[in-house]
Amino acid sequence: MQRLFLSLLSGSLFGAGLFISGMTDTTKVQGWLDVFGNWDPTLAFVMGGAIVPMFIAWRLTQGRAPLVGGSFPAAPRPEMDHRLITGSVLFGMGWGLAGLCPGPAIASLSYNGSGGLIFMGAMLVGMAVAPKFGQQLDRVAASV
Amino acid sequence: MEMDWIWGLAGGGLIGLGGAVFLLGNGRIMGASGILGGLIDGTGKSNLSERLVFLVGVLVMPMLLLPLYEGGVDTHMTTNIGVIIAAGILVGLGTRIANGCTSGHGVCGISRLSLRGIVATVFYILAGGLTIVLFRHILGVI
Repeated sequence: MQRLFLSLLSGSLFGAGLFISGMTDTTKVQGWLDVFGNWDPTLAFVMGGAIVPMFIAWRLTQGRAPLVGGSFPAAPRPEMDHRLITGSVLFGMGWGLAGLCPGPAIASLSYNGSGGLIFMGAMLVGMAVAPKFGQQLDRVAASV
Repeated sequence: MEMDWIWGLAGGGLIGLGGAVFLLGNGRIMGASGILGGLIDGTGKSNLSERLVFLVGVLVMPMLLLPLYEGGVDTHMTTNIGVIIAAGILVGLGTRIANGCTSGHGVCGISRLSLRGIVATVFYILAGGLTIVLFRHILGVI
């Protein structure tokens, strides 16, 4: 029960933050990426504002255990692989095209009209085919 | 607007606080694409309800805050269906292949000084920037 409450609290803070920061406005995201146009620095403030409490949280994990028990996530793998790079490039292309990433796409679903619903549907399709696509990608990477 | 950066900073703080609660409370990394994607490809079966209530929070909070904004919030979403579908598929596919998006690799990865998070963020921002140059300034599609 405690686990579910904390998860709801976390999602609520995340949703509220995405909403008031303006990150569900696609022009703010595309404006940040558009260095040759009317550049909008808001996203940098959002990222900075989010990284500070998270940085402290990571420090606080040292020598402790999660509130609900269990253990904290293992240290990140050091190596860069083809999945990380290819996936990030594909994601960045979609992010630039529509100005939406997964968090804001969920947060804005109730007021983003049919376009928001279609985006969500397409995103879920992309997520569903990702495991198969990833296997193909691994085969290509192994052959080069 | 001149106030945008203050709202950005405040909203960012709430996002980081949400990530801190998920990490220190449940011992998990708050990544939107991973939490949702695990429900789609079946990898998240073991903690299904934890994922669902998180997503309910993300979806419902803006619905509760929206009435405070007179005139509503304009997302300026493109009306080009082709662009929306292509973008959605790329975002869903890319974030799952890379195992993270703006929240997972960006917020949670960078704050942990994870090289993978930093590299992913550099690549998706570069790809996004080049996409804007190509499709807005050269092709004029978006």
